Amino acid sequence: MNAPLDATALPTASVRTELALATLEESAASSDRPMRRRVMWFLVRRITQAIPILIMVGVINFTLLNLAPGDFAQVLVGNAGGASADYLDQLRQSFGLDQPLWIRLVNYLARLARFDLGYSYSAHASVLALIGQRVTATLLLTGSALAMAVVLGVCGGFLSSLRPGGGLDRLLSAVAVIIYATPSFLLGLALIILFSVKLRWLPAGGLFDAIPPTTWSGALASLLAHLLLPAVTLALFFASIYLRVTRTAMLEVRGLDYVRTARAAGLPPLRVARRYVLRNALLPVVTIIGLQAGTLLGGAILVEVVFAWPGLGRLAFEAVFQRDYNLLSGVVLCGAVAVLAVNILVDLLYSWLDPRIDLQ
Amino acid sequence: MISRRIVTRNPALTLGCLLLAALVSVALAAPWLYPDDPRDMVAPALLVVGADLNFPLGTDALGRDVAAGIAYGARTSLLLGALAAGCATAIGMLLGLVAGYARGWVDGLLMRLCELFQTIPHFLLALFVVAILGATLRNIVLAITLTSWPSVARLVRSQTLMLRELDFVRIAPAMNVGRLRVILTHLVPNVLPTVVTNASILAAVAILGESGLSFLGLGDPRLVSWGGMLGEGRDMIRTIPSLTLLPGAAIVLTVLGLNLLGDGLNQALDPRRRS
Repeated sequence: MNAPLDATALPTASVRTELALATLEESAASSDRPMRRRVMWFLVRRITQAIPILIMVGVINFTLLNLAPGDFAQVLVGNAGGASADYLDQLRQSFGLDQPLWIRLVNYLARLARFDLGYSYSAHASVLALIGQRVTATLLLTGSALAMAVVLGVCGGFLSSLRPGGGLDRLLSAVAVIIYATPSFLLGLALIILFSVKLRWLPAGGLFDAIPPTTWSGALASLLAHLLLPAVTLALFFASIYLRVTRTAMLEVRGLDYVRTARAAGLPPLRVARRYVLRNALLPVVTIIGLQAGTLLGGAILVEVVFAWPGLGRLAFEAVFQRDYNLLSGVVLCGAVAVLAVNILVDLLYSWLDPRIDLQ
Repeated sequence: MISRRIVTRNPALTLGCLLLAALVSVALAAPWLYPDDPRDMVAPALLVVGADLNFPLGTDALGRDVAAGIAYGARTSLLLGALAAGCATAIGMLLGLVAGYARGWVDGLLMRLCELFQTIPHFLLALFVVAILGATLRNIVLAITLTSWPSVARLVRSQTLMLRELDFVRIAPAMNVGRLRVILTHLVPNVLPTVVTNASILAAVAILGESGLSFLGLGDPRLVSWGGMLGEGRDMIRTIPSLTLLPGAAIVLTVLGLNLLGDGLNQALDPRRRS
C-alpha cells in the first residue's frame, strides 16, 4: 500500500501541464471512466483475495463448533426430552453427522458458499434472517460512533498539537489516557447513572420508546435520543486513540519542508495548521480506522448489552446463553465479512485522500 | 539522583510503577487481610459504603464483602494479565523471529495467519471460544492469547527484518554461527526490550478483555473477578451505584497503570526521547 515514492515515475512539470491541459480538453464524463474501471478492478481483486480468508474463518468456525460438547442430534433430542439410542443414530444419519470429519467440513463450507448459515434452534429462524434483522441497528450504532470518534479525536488532536506540552495538551492527553483505560461497559453504566438516573435527560436503553411514536419525526427523535448514549460510549474509546494518532501525526508533519515554506511565506499559523498539516495528518487516522474495524465491532457487543440495543452484539450475547453456537458462529462470520469490507473501503478512501497511492 | 530524574523526566513510568506496586501489594495481602473465601456471605446484603466499619466498601446483593472481592479480584486480574501476556508474547516472539529470519514461504504463511486473526473481531472470537470450551481461567487465557499473539508476531517480525540486514547479524553465518544461535544470541536480546514493553500493554488489553467476558457472565465461576462483580452490581445501579463503580475503578486503575508503564518504558528505551 505504502509504496515508496518513485521520483522517476513522477512526470516532469511540463509533462504535467500538458496532461492537465489534455484532461481539460476532454469532457469530465469521459475522463473519469478509467478511474471507474480502476476502482472496479481493485474491488474485484480485493474481493477475490478475501475469499480464502473467509474460507479459513469457516474452518475455524467448524473446528470450534465440533469442539462443543455434544452434537446437533443430541441437542435436538435433549430439547425434545430424550429418545432412544437408535433414534439418535437415525438422526445423526439424516443430518450427515455419521460421516467423516473432512466430508462434513466440505459440506459446511459448501453451505456457507450458498449463504446458508444454518438454522437457529433457539430463535426458530434461519441464522441469516436473524442477522439481517439485527444488522441495521449495529451499523447505525457503529457508524455514528465512528463518525463521532473521528470528529472528537481529530479536533482534540488538532487542538493538542497547536501547543505541545501546553495546558490544553496536557489536559486532553490525561483525559484520553483515562478514557483509554476505561472498559466501555463501565463508561456506559456511568453515563446511564448520570444522564438517565440522575438527570433523566436520556433513555437508558432500547431502540425506541415503550409507547411507539406515531409520526415519522417523533420516531426519528426517539431513535436519536436512544442512540446518543450508546454511540457516545462506543465513540469515546476510539476518540482517545484518534486523538493520540492525530496529535503525533500533526507534530511529525509540522516539521516537513513544505510546511516550513508555507510558514516562511507568511501564511497565518492557524491556516498552515489546518490546510497544510491537518490534511496530511489525517492519513494515519484512516489507517487506524481500518486496523480497528474489528475492535469497533467487538466493543459494540458490550455496549449493545449495556444499552439493550437490538443489534448483532446482543444477538451474539443471546446466542451464548441459549447455547446456540450455530447462531454465534454466524455472527462471527458476519463480523469477519464486515471487517474485510471496511478494510477495502478504507483503502479506497486512502487512495482518494492521497493520490500518490495507486490502487495496486 | 537518578531516581529523581526519572520521576521528573518520565512521569508516566513513575505513575505506572506506583499504581502497579499498589495493585501487587493488594493482591499479595488479600489472603492475609481476608483469610475466608471472598465468595462467602458474611454480612447483611446491600450494606452501603461506610455503613458498617467492618465492611468499609459495603456488601453486595448476596451479603459478600465488596472489599474482599476487590482484593481477590486483583489476584485474578494480575494472574490473568500475566498468563495471557506471557503466552501471547512467547508464541508471537517465536513465530515472528522465525518468519522474519527465514523469510520466504514461512514468512508468507505467517502473515496470512496474522491477517486471518485480524479479520475476526477479537472480542467476538474470545466470546465464541470461551462459550464453547467453557468458562475457566485456562480457556479465558487461551482465548485472549489466540487473539493477541498476531500483534506480537508482526512487531517481532518487523524488528527481525530490520536486524537481519545489520552487519553483526549478516556476518554471523560466515563465522560459522548456526541459525539457532544467531536467533538466540543476536536477535532475541535486541527485540526483547520492545517485546517486554509491549507485554505490559498486552496485559492491559487482556485484563480489559477478561473484565468484558466476566461482565457478560463468562468469567471463571471459581474466581472473583472485577468484571463479574460489576455485572452483578449492574442490577442495583439505580439504588447502590457503588457496587458498579468500585470494581470499575479497580479495572480503570489497573489498566491505566499497565498502559502508563508501557508508555513510560517505551519512552525510556527510545534513544531519541531519552536525552
